[in-house]
This record gives sequence, C-alpha cells and structure tokens, in this order.
Amino acid sequence: MLKPRGCEDVTNSPAAVPTFHARVQVSLRPSVLDPAGEATRAAAARLGVDGVRRLRIGKAIELELEAPDRATAQSQLELISDRLLANPVIENWSLDISEPAAAEHP
Amino acid sequence: MTVGVLVFPGSNCDRDVRWALEGCLGVPTTFLWHEQRQLDGIDAVVIPGGFSYGDYLRCGAIARFAPVLEAVRAFAAAGGPVLGICNGFQVLTEMGLLPGALTRNAGLHFICEPAELRVSPGGCRWLQGYGAGETIRLPIAHGEGRYQCDPEDLRRLEDNGQVVLRYAANPNGSVGDVAGISNPAGNVLGLMPHPERACDPVTGGVDGRPLLASLLR
Repeated sequence: MLKPRGCEDVTNSPAAVPTFHARVQVSLRPSVLDPAGEATRAAAARLGVDGVRRLRIGKAIELELEAPDRATAQSQLELISDRLLANPVIENWSLDISEPAAAEHP
Repeated sequence: MTVGVLVFPGSNCDRDVRWALEGCLGVPTTFLWHEQRQLDGIDAVVIPGGFSYGDYLRCGAIARFAPVLEAVRAFAAAGGPVLGICNGFQVLTEMGLLPGALTRNAGLHFICEPAELRVSPGGCRWLQGYGAGETIRLPIAHGEGRYQCDPEDLRRLEDNGQVVLRYAANPNGSVGDVAGISNPAGNVLGLMPHPERACDPVTGGVDGRPLLASLLR
C-alpha cells in the first residue's frame, strides 16, 4: 500500500505503542444551574422550535493517547477526566474509548 | 513582612495588589512567577484576579497545576496566610484548598459594579479588622462568580463559620449569597470581590484596607 512521504511504517515493530482514540463527555451535574443552556433554549424558541423542554451545555474532548494496553489507557484517561477535564464538584464525565484503528495494528 | 503576589500568564490584578499593599499601606511585595518553586522569605501570599492561562477549560483549572501552587499548598498547610481574589478564589477551589466551585453568573453577564457585603469575620485572620455583621462596599468584576456547592457542604461551611463574606443583594446567583469563604483554620480566604481596588481613595472607597492591613496586625 502506498504511504505518504515521511510516514514510515513502524507499526510492525514490536516496540510500537498503540494509540487509543477517546472521547470524554463533560456535563454539568443535574443540580447545577446552566444559565447558558437556558438562554440557548430560549433562542431555539425564537427560531420557531417551541418543544425544547431541556437543553444543557457540556463539553466534548477528543483525545489520542499512546498506551501499552487498553487497561492502562483506561486508567490514564479516567485520571485526566476526573482530575483535569471535569471538576467533580459541578460536573459529571463519561468516557468512550475506541480500539486502536486496524491500520495501526496490521 | 513581604507579601508574595503570584503572576500567571493572564493575571491582570497583580499590579493593583502591589499598589494597594505598597503604595497605600507600605507593605513590601514581590512578584512570584508561576514557574517558581520556592517561597523563601515570603510571609503571605496573594493570588490575584485575572484570567490565568486564559481561563481555558475552566477558570483556574490549568493554573492549579502551576509549580508555584505546590509551594503555596505547603505554605497554607503550615498556617501561612493565603488570599485568593476573584480568579485567585477560583484557583483556590480548583486546587481544593477551599471547597465548592465558581460557575457562570446566573444572569450570564459579566458584572462590574460595587457590591455591599456583610462580614462575619469568625476566625478568619484576614478579616479581623472588621466588626461582626459590618457592611462594607467592594467592587466586583466577574463573569464566573456564582459560588456552587452541595446543600450539605453549604450547611457545614455555615456551621463552621467559614462563610465569612455574603452579598447583601446577591448579584450572581451564588448559593447562600456567598461572596467569600475561609478554610477551617482561618488562614486561607477566597473572595470574588476586589479589596485591592478599594484601598486608594481615588477609586471611590477604602473598605478593602482593613483586609490587606490585617497583615500588619
């Protein structure tokens, strides 16, 4: 298969570390007022969509992480989700990890 | 007596704090860059207002990992006086030195106006220059000043006398009208209003002086 220049194939080497793709969803805890969400809900009504009963604004963080195995990736991603990406006082988070792409694991 | 004033990329009240302490009260200050690891010769620390690291992710979320704050954490644990103003208060909650979190103002607007505050000094070493129940007037200037914590945590803070500053007319939706809280030992104070902007008479009021002058007691 043709590869772009500068993209040497190192994935067959036993030292290659897989890259895990992850998506962390951070949302305000249900008990926390979301004034920006309320303002956006009001704007939806002005757009003509009156049926929006609930609108909460959160964040989605997409990451690529090199880790030797899935368990390590999981624990490292949980650490940064809990200690950096979300503030547990006001926010909840959830984590989705994808297996390394097939192209990276020939 | 030398007061260390922290400087992060994006701090913008560091020089106001210096003027209030040195220019108005004659207390020497030194700026402490965020990468510094030593607090040698420092008798008190002020974490000033501004937008540390652009307030990326959440206010104070990136600043909390600054090397200088590890030294501040040890300094506070040893009983050293630490004051967090506005963004400094947000940093103190993010690093867990004070409970709760500061969130977007209920009305969404950035609020820049004078605020009436009721002081309950309790054991807070920064507030001993005020009488219990005294009303003071300090400027506020924030977009994320709505103090938030669980009802049980708020009750615990109130029972411990840690809610030391309350808004007379809540401007931002803070639970319990909280404008400032102290740690149980009373050496750490975080507040959204700006005492350093109420020390020089040209700014329209000097109600912030007793707070900073508490360092001289």
